[in-house]
Amino acid sequence: MEKAKIVENVAFNILKQAVIYLPEDVKQALKKAYAEETSETGKTQLRAILDNIELAEKYQAPVCQDTGTIIFYVKAGAETKDLEKIEEALTNATRRATKEVPLRPNSVDPFTQKNSGDNTGRYIPFLHWEIVPGDSLELTVMTKGGGSENVCVAGMLVPGEGIKGLKKFVVDAVIKAGAQPCPPNILGVAIGGGADISMEIAKKAVLKPLNESNKDPEIAKLEREIFEAVNMTGIGPMGLGGKTTVLGVHVDYAFRHPASFPAAVAFNCWAARRASARINADGTVEYLTHKIKW
Amino acid sequence: MAVYKFKTPISEEDIRKLKVNDVLYVTGTIVTARDQAHRRALEFFKQGKPLPINLEGLAVFHCGPVVSKEGEKWIAVAAGPTTSTRMDIFEDEFIKNFKVRVVIGKGGMGKKTTDAMAKYGAVYGAFTGGAAILAARAIKNVKSVEWLDLGTPEALWIFEVEEFGPLAVAIDSHGNNIFMDVQKKVEENKQKIYEKFGLLP
Repeated sequence: MEKAKIVENVAFNILKQAVIYLPEDVKQALKKAYAEETSETGKTQLRAILDNIELAEKYQAPVCQDTGTIIFYVKAGAETKDLEKIEEALTNATRRATKEVPLRPNSVDPFTQKNSGDNTGRYIPFLHWEIVPGDSLELTVMTKGGGSENVCVAGMLVPGEGIKGLKKFVVDAVIKAGAQPCPPNILGVAIGGGADISMEIAKKAVLKPLNESNKDPEIAKLEREIFEAVNMTGIGPMGLGGKTTVLGVHVDYAFRHPASFPAAVAFNCWAARRASARINADGTVEYLTHKIKW
Repeated sequence: MAVYKFKTPISEEDIRKLKVNDVLYVTGTIVTARDQAHRRALEFFKQGKPLPINLEGLAVFHCGPVVSKEGEKWIAVAAGPTTSTRMDIFEDEFIKNFKVRVVIGKGGMGKKTTDAMAKYGAVYGAFTGGAAILAARAIKNVKSVEWLDLGTPEALWIFEVEEFGPLAVAIDSHGNNIFMDVQKKVEENKQKIYEKFGLLP
C-alpha cells in the first residue's frame, strides 16, 4: 500500500480509538475518584461517567457527543518518505471518520457561521510537527472538547512573584472555570517561552498519561501541590460539589525572558481523548495506546 | 433526596414538588436547543410566528447531538449536554414565553434563570456532562428535526425519551441553586487554600 494511504488508515483508526475508548490511565483515575468521593451528588456523577464509558465501548459509539476539534501531533523521522503527503492524508482521515464513526461536525467559519460539515476548514485539523532522527512516523491525535477549551487561560505574571504567583494563577483559573469544563479535569500547566509557547506546551502536557509525573522531583512536587490545592476547592464532579475536581496535573516549562513570566493553564475534560500509533519505514504499524483497531 | 419520574407534558403543580438534590427522570418529548435555536425561537415569538413544536410542559435540552441517517430515519448516536451558561442570556424569556418545565444541561445557570424558574415554575436538571451514550440510550426515537439550516449541533431535535436521566435537580422552582451554593462554598475554600499554600500577598 502506498504511504499516504497507510497514514490515512492509521489516522482514521486512532481517531476512532480516541473518541470511543478512553485511555486506561484515565479510566483507572475515574474509578479511584468514584471510590474516594464523599459527596453523594458527586458520586452520582462519577457513576454516570463510568457507566457511560462502558456503554460507549459496548455500542462502539463516541464517549461524548462533543467529539472535539481535531488536533494531530506528528513526530516525523527526518528520513521519512512522502512527508509532503501527510497533511492531506490526515485531512482525508478526518473527513472519513466524521462520516463513518461518526463524529459531530465541529468546524465553523467564524465569519459566515457556516459549518463545513466534515471537521475540516482553514488550519483544521491542526497539525503540530516535530522532526526527530530516524525514518518512522509517530501520530498522536487529541480530540479536544469545547467546554474545557473555553476556560483555558494564558497570562503574563509578575516575575518577582515566581512560582507562588503561578500557583495562585492556577487555583484562580480552576475556580473561575467552575462547572464549565466538565470536571474532574486534567490540567496542563506551563511557564516560560512566551504567550504562545506556554499555551502550546501546556496543551501538549495534557496528553501525558496520568500515572506519569514529571521526572524532575521539584516539578513533580509542584504537580502534587497544585493537585492538592485545586481539589480543596470543593467544585467536585460536574461542579455539583465534592472533592474530585481534577484527576491529574502535568507541569512543563520553557526558559523565560528576564522580564517575562508567561503562564498557561490548559484544561481537558474527564473525557480526555487521545491515541497514538507509529508507522515504520517498512509500512508496519504499532498502535501505542489502544489495542483495538479496525 | 427523592426520586421522581415525570411524563411530559409536565404540570406546574408537579414541577413545584421538586427540590434541589432530588433526582428526576423524564419520559415523553424533549427538544434540543442551543445558542442559535434559542435566539431564533425568541425572534419567532417576537414576530408572532409559531414554533415548529409547542413546548408547553416539555423539556428543553442544551445539546448538539452526534446523529447519523439510516435511509430516511435519523438516529441519535451520542447526545450529552452542552454548557448551559451560554444560554443564560435567553433562558428567562424562553421559560416565560414557551412554558417549558424542565431545562436540561450541564454546568448550571445563573440568577436570572433561577428567578424565572421560581416565577413561572420550571427546574434545571443537570445531566452528567459527556455522558453521551447514557443519554442516547434513553432516546427511543428521533421524532423530527427542525431548523437543520443551523447545522446539526444547533438544530432543533425532537426526541422521544424513556426515563431520560438521572437528572440532578440543581435549580428548583423555589429559588434554590446548587451551583450558586457550591460557588459560595468554593469562595470560602479559596481563602483556606491561599493560607495553606502561602499564596496570600
